[in-house]
This record gives sequence, structure tokens and C-alpha cells, in this order.
Amino acid sequence: MPKFGKEITIKSSQGLHARPAALFVQIANKYNSHVTIAKGEEKVNGKSIMGILTLGAERGSTLFIEVDGEDAQALLGELEELLTKESNIK
Amino acid sequence: MSEVILKGIAAAPGIALGPAFIMDKQEIIVPPRAIMEKEVPIEIARFEEALIKTREEILEIQKRISSEMEVEHAKIFDAHLFILEDRTIIEEVIKKIKLEKLSVEYVYSQVMKKYAKIFSNIEDEYLKERVADVDDVGRRVLKNLMDETKMHDFDQITKELILIAHDFSPSDTANMFNKKIIAFATDVGGKTSHTAIMAKSLGVPAVVGLKDITLNVKNQDDIIVDGTKGLVIIDPDENTKKTYIDIKNRLLAIREKYLDVKDLPAQTKDGQTITIMANLELPEEIPTIQKIGASGIGLYRTEYFYMNRVDLPSEEEQFNAYKHVAEAMVPHTVTIRSLDLGGDKFLSSLQIPKDMYSFLGWRAIRFCLARPDIFKTQLRAVLRASRFGKMRLMYPMITGNEELKLANDVLNEVKGDLRKEAIAFDENMPVGVMIEVPSAAMTADLLAQEAAFFSLGTNDLIQYTLAVDRVSEKTAALYEPGHPAVLRFIKVTIEAAKRGNISVGICGEVSSDPALVLVLLGLGLRELSMSPLNILQIKKLIRSVAMTDCEKLTQEVMRLTTGRDVEQHCLKRLKELAPDFVSYDNEMRGTAA
Repeated sequence: MPKFGKEITIKSSQGLHARPAALFVQIANKYNSHVTIAKGEEKVNGKSIMGILTLGAERGSTLFIEVDGEDAQALLGELEELLTKESNIK
Repeated sequence: MSEVILKGIAAAPGIALGPAFIMDKQEIIVPPRAIMEKEVPIEIARFEEALIKTREEILEIQKRISSEMEVEHAKIFDAHLFILEDRTIIEEVIKKIKLEKLSVEYVYSQVMKKYAKIFSNIEDEYLKERVADVDDVGRRVLKNLMDETKMHDFDQITKELILIAHDFSPSDTANMFNKKIIAFATDVGGKTSHTAIMAKSLGVPAVVGLKDITLNVKNQDDIIVDGTKGLVIIDPDENTKKTYIDIKNRLLAIREKYLDVKDLPAQTKDGQTITIMANLELPEEIPTIQKIGASGIGLYRTEYFYMNRVDLPSEEEQFNAYKHVAEAMVPHTVTIRSLDLGGDKFLSSLQIPKDMYSFLGWRAIRFCLARPDIFKTQLRAVLRASRFGKMRLMYPMITGNEELKLANDVLNEVKGDLRKEAIAFDENMPVGVMIEVPSAAMTADLLAQEAAFFSLGTNDLIQYTLAVDRVSEKTAALYEPGHPAVLRFIKVTIEAAKRGNISVGICGEVSSDPALVLVLLGLGLRELSMSPLNILQIKKLIRSVAMTDCEKLTQEVMRLTTGRDVEQHCLKRLKELAPDFVSYDNEMRGTAA
């Protein structure tokens, strides 16, 4: 099974709050791969909106995203795009 | 904001003004309950079951809404599914059940509270609003996990309020008596729904079948419930409010005026005494019935036990209720009607297609004879309770002597069993027949040979005589209580009872119609049973007329050719015979906005 990890600094204006969090979950749930997000010591399930919201990831915070599964590569690509776009949602 | 008028089904008459209290939006109380180690897997399994059930519910609502409304609205429920199936929540709940050894509903409610708080602290309007979604999902899951009787704390209600819900369940009832609830309004339900029954027993107005009132009203909104016309007015204009307050005050004044007859006999001016009894739905109504001085129970409906629940009522449960009513009403008679399911009353615990027990189908005594297991349980409970007061039993929808005999055979069998078990009962409990089918009225002379008494069930008798479905809106205008055929059937029945030397009463709604009741008296009826709400008004009326005038009116009416003529003539004569009489119903109907 492919397994990837990547450090990503959030660039979208709303951080990983609000709608980006919902979008993140929506994307994650399209894939079979397992995904976790870590911010410092805290690590949550990337397919859970509640989990992501408890992280409280602001713009500029650095997250470590880990994906594990057959379609992991594609998933990571899509998530990275979401988090690094300057303003993906208005 | 201008007022919004919602139209629903008038389920219980009257008018109420007050603040809205939406039950579905109140916090659910979940006390902690400790579990044992071996119960952990059970709790987790209950959790999974509740999640699956809730998922099905949400999908069902989504399907219904997306076909009715715009798709945007249905999308809200996508968010609900997200929250319902959120892995963090589920994992946290399971972990906590294992760790803290507390029941799933308590753990779940705590976890959901925590997340609702996280949501409400987020500085984003869109997500802040999602708190409502978290609450909504949490409520649905808890409903599927909990005994509903313990979900709401009505003791906290200290101010008068109008209770609003999607629907009310029987388990809500017990909590509502003696509380300051002044009206009910619900999204679903019909004239015979549990909400209607409950409101009538509490003597408060109710409007049901409002479709989406729970979405249109907010807590503490000022609203008016017009249970006579079936309207709910949200944020009423000053004018509307004034109109309704006026009507309400007039009604109160009339009620006040009626009260002075409560301890006086129902006696006509020329000395004829009439027995006015009450129709009873719930044992909780007894205090009200005693207060207004009813001379017994002329119809104790027992369907309540069987409706809106998933299991069948036990013999013990029925016995306790019947005994309580019998004892409370001593020295007066209590007339129990055996199970009258079908038509517009359905048995929730039996999965029978509704069309199978239509008005002409498998209902009432037919159903009981086909299901002796259910019938016998009730008869045992009735017989056992019979020795605690003055009890009578009557069978509904008897079409002739054959059915009466079959029903009595079952009764005798049950009596035999009780004797064998040395269980005491009243050996002389009178057993009567409801006259509510034309064939029964036409053979009343034959039935009088076997029955101890008759009770005219005019609601059904009218619909069967005129071939009018009383529930259908389209044929409602054809439902004429004053139709000559109906009056003739009543007359035939009374005469047969007299010749057979048995008593005869009436328990249909006609008996509380101020115009027609005079004709009933003129035809010879001396025993009326009606909704407790109407007793004082009819007593007041009886005390203001002479029997000779009623008899004269009846002679005039029996010569008329149409139901409409009969009703108009009665109304005209009512005004002449009792000029001071003010009808409660007319007052409510005639003047409202």
C-alpha cells in the first residue's frame, strides 16, 4: 500500500475552518485511503469534520497530512491544492 | 412583521393566545446511568442501531423534501448525515462508553454538547449556524436511544404556553396534565390523532395537520390558536389580537354563566329530569367530569389503550384504568364500550393495511370476534373491574342478533374462566348494544330481547344511513344529523327500547347540538351522553325549556322533508323557546376573524 506524508502550510484565507473544513472532509470521503491531519502533537481523522474543527488550524499554520491507501497519491494532491490556494472559497 | 396565518385541521375547539413553546427544540434531559462491564458491547450495539435508524430517517426526510421543495433545502440533510456519521464523534462515544462505563445516551449527549460548543465558538457565521444541525442530529439519535417519557421535563413549565411539536405521543400525555398548557399545534395528525384526544381531555384548543408549523414558529413567538376554525396565527396584528381577545372574553363570560347550573338537576321547566352523562376518553378527565356534575359515564372509549403504541395493552393495565374510573364515579354508572377500532381509528401494534378496516370493513365488534385473544383480554379486565363500581358494557357496531350472541358467547366463556379461577366480578353487569348501523335500528325490537340497554351512536348511524364517509371532506356537506331518515331510525330505536322495557341513551355528537337536542328529548330520550365540554351548556338549555314544547317541536319536525329544513326549523324554534340561551359553539364560530 502506498503511504505518503507531507507538510503543508495553509494559505487559504479562512484557515482550515468553516467551509474549507467541510470541503476537506468531502474530498477525503471520495477516496478509500485513510487520512490523518496533525498539528503539533494533535492528530485527527481527516474524514471527520468534528475532528478537523477541533484542531483550530489558522491561516499560516503548518499541518502534517498523512495518507495511506491505494488512491493516496491522488487524494494528497487534491487536498494540497485545497489548502494552498490563496482563496478557494469566498 | 405582519401576521402569518396557517390553516390546519380543527382538532379541539376553543381559542388561546400565548407564547409558543416548541417541544422539539427543547433540550433533552439525559441523566447518567452506570453500566456493567458486560453491558459495554450491548451499549455499543444500541448505538450502532440508533445511528442506522437515524440515517434512514434523515434519508427519508431528504427524499420527501427534495420532491416537494427546492433541492437547496434538501442539502441541509447532507450536512446532517456528515455529522451523524462523523468518525471522531463515533469513536469518541465508543471509547468513552468503554472507559467511563456509562450508558450510550448519556455519553452521546455529552459528546454532542461538546461539539455544539466548539461549533458555536467558531467565528464563522455559516458554521455557527451549523450548531442547529448538530443539535438536530443529536436529538434524533437520542430519540432513537431513549424512552420518550423521560425526554422532557414538563415540571419546568411555569408559565402559560402553547405547545408545538411535530406530533405528540401518548407518553407525553401523562406529563401534561395539570400543566399550564393552553393549546396545542402540530405538523401532522387528524381529528382523531392523539393530540386531538389529549387536547379535548385537557379542555384546551388544538389545531393539527399544519404541515410545517415547527419550521414557521420560533420559541416565544406570540401566537393565536383557533381550534374551532383550525387556524394558527403567528405574530398577530393588533386588530386580529383584539378580535380574538374579545371572543375569548365573551366565551369566558358564557362559561361563567353556565357554571351556576353545575349543582342543579337537568330538569325541564315542567319537571322532566334528564340524565346527562359524559363521554370519557382518558381517566385523567375524571376530575373535570366530577367538577361539572355529570351523572355518570355514558361512553367510555377504550381505543386509547390500543392506539399510538407498538404493543398490545395488558389485562392488568386495562383493569387498573377501568377500576380507577369505576371507583371514582361511584355512585354513578360507567358505560364501557368494547374496543371500537377501524374506520378512523387504527391499531398501531398490528400491521394491518388501513383499507382493510375501513368504515364498512373489518372493524369494531367484527375485529374483536376475529381476534378473541385481544377481545378476551379486554373482557377479563372489564369484568374484574366491574365489582368496584356500577359498570355496564356495550358492544359497538352490532348489526343484528347473531353478532350480539357471538359477542355474548365470548363474554360467557370469559366469565366461566373467571369463576374457575375464583376471581370475583359483578355477575349482573348489564350488557348493551350500540345502535349505530341501520340494520340494528331496524331490528331494535329483536335486539331489545337480548340486550340490557341501547346507546345510539349517532356519529356512525348518520354516516351509514346517508352513505356518507364522515372523514372525507368532499362529502362532509352531505352529513346531515337532521335528515328525516336519521330521525326516523332514532325514533324506531327509542320505541323498541320502550316496548322491550330496556333503557336507551345517546352518545353521539348530536346530543350536544343545542337545536337538535330538543328534538331528541321530544322523541323520548331521557339519557344523554356527551363531551364534558358541552354538559353545562346543554343542562342550562334543558332547564330553560318545557318538555311539552320539545314534543310539539318534534311533531313539527317529523313532518319536514329535508335535513336542512329540520335544522333551520330547530334553530328558529330554539330562539323562540330559549331566547336567553347563548350557544358556546355559535359564539366561537360566528364571530371569529
